[in-house]
Amino acid sequence: MILFELIDYDILRVIWWALLGVLLIGFALTDGFDMGVGALLPFVAKTDVERRVAINTVGPVWEGNQVWFILGGGAIFAAWPPLYAVSFSGFYLAMFVVLAAFIVRPVAFKYRSKRDDATWRTRWDWALFAGGAVPALLFGVAVGNVLLGVPFYLTEDLMPMYPGNFAIKFIGLLRPFALLAGVVSLSMLLMHGAAWLSLKAEGIVAERARAIGIKAGIVAAGGYALAGLWMAVGIDGFALGEVVANGPSNPLYSEVIRGGSWLSAYADRPWIAIAPIMGFAGIALAVLGLKAGREVSTLLWSKMGILGIISSVGLTMFPFILPSTLDPKSSLTVWDASSSHQTLFIMLVVTAIFMPLILMYTAWVYKVLWGKVTEAQVTENADTVY
Amino acid sequence: MEIGLVELSRMQFALTAMYHFLFVPLTLGLSILVAIMETVYVMTNRPIWRQMTKFWGTLFGINFVLGVATGITMEFQFGMNWSYYSHYVGDIFGAPLAIEGLMAFFLEATFVGLFFFGWDKLSKVQHMMVAWLVAIGSNFSALWILIANGWMQNPVGAEFNPDTMRMEMTSFFEVLFNEVAQAKFVHTVSAGYVTASVFVLGVSALYLIQNKHKDLARRSIAVASAFGLAAALSVVVLGDESGYSASHTQKMKLAAIEAMWETHEAPAPFTAIGFPDQDARETHYAVEIPWAMGLIGTRSLTQEIPGINDLVAESEEKIRDGLIAYDALMIIREQREATPQIVRETFEAHSDNLGYALLLKQYVDDPRNATEAQIKMAADDTVPGVAPLFWAFRLMVVLGFSFIAVMAYFFYRASFRNMQFPRWSLYAAVAIIPTPWIAAELGWFVAEFGRQPWTVDGVLPTALSASHLSIADLLITLAGFLIFYSVLFVIEVSLMVKYIRKGPFQDVDETNAWLERHEARLRSETPAPTLTATPAE
Repeated sequence: MILFELIDYDILRVIWWALLGVLLIGFALTDGFDMGVGALLPFVAKTDVERRVAINTVGPVWEGNQVWFILGGGAIFAAWPPLYAVSFSGFYLAMFVVLAAFIVRPVAFKYRSKRDDATWRTRWDWALFAGGAVPALLFGVAVGNVLLGVPFYLTEDLMPMYPGNFAIKFIGLLRPFALLAGVVSLSMLLMHGAAWLSLKAEGIVAERARAIGIKAGIVAAGGYALAGLWMAVGIDGFALGEVVANGPSNPLYSEVIRGGSWLSAYADRPWIAIAPIMGFAGIALAVLGLKAGREVSTLLWSKMGILGIISSVGLTMFPFILPSTLDPKSSLTVWDASSSHQTLFIMLVVTAIFMPLILMYTAWVYKVLWGKVTEAQVTENADTVY
Repeated sequence: MEIGLVELSRMQFALTAMYHFLFVPLTLGLSILVAIMETVYVMTNRPIWRQMTKFWGTLFGINFVLGVATGITMEFQFGMNWSYYSHYVGDIFGAPLAIEGLMAFFLEATFVGLFFFGWDKLSKVQHMMVAWLVAIGSNFSALWILIANGWMQNPVGAEFNPDTMRMEMTSFFEVLFNEVAQAKFVHTVSAGYVTASVFVLGVSALYLIQNKHKDLARRSIAVASAFGLAAALSVVVLGDESGYSASHTQKMKLAAIEAMWETHEAPAPFTAIGFPDQDARETHYAVEIPWAMGLIGTRSLTQEIPGINDLVAESEEKIRDGLIAYDALMIIREQREATPQIVRETFEAHSDNLGYALLLKQYVDDPRNATEAQIKMAADDTVPGVAPLFWAFRLMVVLGFSFIAVMAYFFYRASFRNMQFPRWSLYAAVAIIPTPWIAAELGWFVAEFGRQPWTVDGVLPTALSASHLSIADLLITLAGFLIFYSVLFVIEVSLMVKYIRKGPFQDVDETNAWLERHEARLRSETPAPTLTATPAE
């Protein structure tokens, strides 16, 4: 097949790097408010009816939203196999915790209101809380660790290795900077969940959500600024020696230098400053919107804030995807950790066909479900809704 | 690598995969049955069919969510536990998984919420379309997963790239239309349809025994038995197709399933029953059916099917050939672009058997230093455990044929005996509810255990595929999954039982009102022969 040579290998790699970002951002924007609502649940809803209102705002859509996470896994596997291999096994126990959260959450949504039993329901409410809050925190911790570099190396056969004791490796993820990144992601998604509840719920639930959302937004912006400062003064970046953008996907073929700062990217490519600006502006406008009680626009600003923050991480690190502290040479970059030319091309064609379809029918579903979830609705349809 | 780690990783994969497949077959079949029932409702406008749709839909939902939840583990554990596998074949194997998400899973997951929440927000036809989209999404999901699995059984359309130290795709078309994958897909989804049919049949039979919800139960049996009969036939036919394709793609698996130690003069007999002895390499007390194996395996009277002993000798040759490729690969890895062309050519000429050289890795770090004894041991390793395969396969086949009989019987009673079912048959229908799950798990056991010692047949040994984690890592997650999954299983089954006891509770008033108005007409029509077919077709 010669068709795939229509698009150069290096261009395909950049496209797939961008698509990786699109998937992560799509996940954060959709499933992000599900996780936010879960994490907010015990604080915004006290009675059973209030909780059911909060849960039913995401009831019909969480399942579709969660597919962004699963598709993210599949797309990393298909387009960035070394990243899939190294990161998931390197963060092994943390991944297990995230999986547990993502397994218990769907079950909690579905089963919570299937029994008329207060203890049963309270247990599932806590499962929803943990299933939202824990991954929201851990995703940030993972991003923080990627910025700091991860202790792995590749053997000559390209087998990923992670020396050290399993407990130390797991606890080792909770470094101060990584925890700060975790706080940013958790508070960002709390704000997003609050913006969603303010749009889809009403009365006391929406009111409480707004109050917490404002505080969460301020914490997110403050934490993000602090993380930026920290990166400027306290964290070593990585730099690539000679760039071979069209070479084979073998990380060991490239030279990597440890040192300097990640933030030097802003000197080399000043236009990427748009990302942090969008991050701060989005959060600020979302906080103001929550204060003023605006609904639709607040959710959109919150989305812009998340888009800015996540893309700022990727743009700052480019071309690095997963730097290694143990053996910088093993670091994975856009130029040496992708699938083959042909696979990237085929996957791009498939994505170009199906992604627009997905966006279209998802938009249609949200349109059908448009409108607030009320206490009356939940009580009248007690048998059929969550 | 410690052997304990590989075994623990395999146990975890087996546990999570087999648990996942407790929910998948019911999802595959019930999604279609529910869509058929809703189609009948839209076409006939009879509330009973809406009630059926909602009732079976509720049970579908309780099951579906665990299929989704446990599927998440499947998507991520290749990277977590099988990182060398992920690196080595991700260029091919990752693509169908990602396409599954894009094309199928997004569809089913997006619309399943609307199925449950959209009754009052959509028109009847729109809601029916949503039900069909969920069913189509679920079934397409299975297609892509089986394309991925089919490639592990029969790795076509790919070759090893020495620069990236991995397999890379050479033809997406070949991966897509892999004959193993296509036969497996139809076989697997049909098994799902049988599972759902047996489930609907059994629950409905329970209602008839208890003398309640009789309208719902009779109609459900009519739909399930017709659908189930077609599916049960398809499972067996496509199972045979899988056997036929194994005779040229996975000779060792076929020989092991049949406990064929020696190559038999064509046409080979089929060993119906016997006691395979792996050490002695013979089958004791074998009861043979002449010619049958040759006919099933090759569809001819003249073609031979190689036995295990000959295949082991063949493996030994392949190991020696693979060592030539391995030697060339080491030179290429050392010298990169400076490698002489002749070395690259040598590698290409022998690279098909590179995987066989890798079998030696569990005995020596550098396969080139392997002793003659180690080469012999590695060749012996290519024989999977014969006795478990032999028995698992036979039990699966017996179950498969008995589903045809069960479905044919109920289809006959429903269609030509006015939906009157003798009590013994109803008790039997309840008793056999678990059997399709047993058959499905046995099927996966035969497919996956039969592929050992490979993760990708002839390409990558299982022992090499696992992540270099610590034993403690594995023990923690294995215990975690075991406890977590057991708790979820108990909760799921208890909810299923609760909702089956509760029965079709929705729209009872509406249905009753309608029944009253049409009482006379209904009496003359019940049992109504016109309702027995599957009008959705």
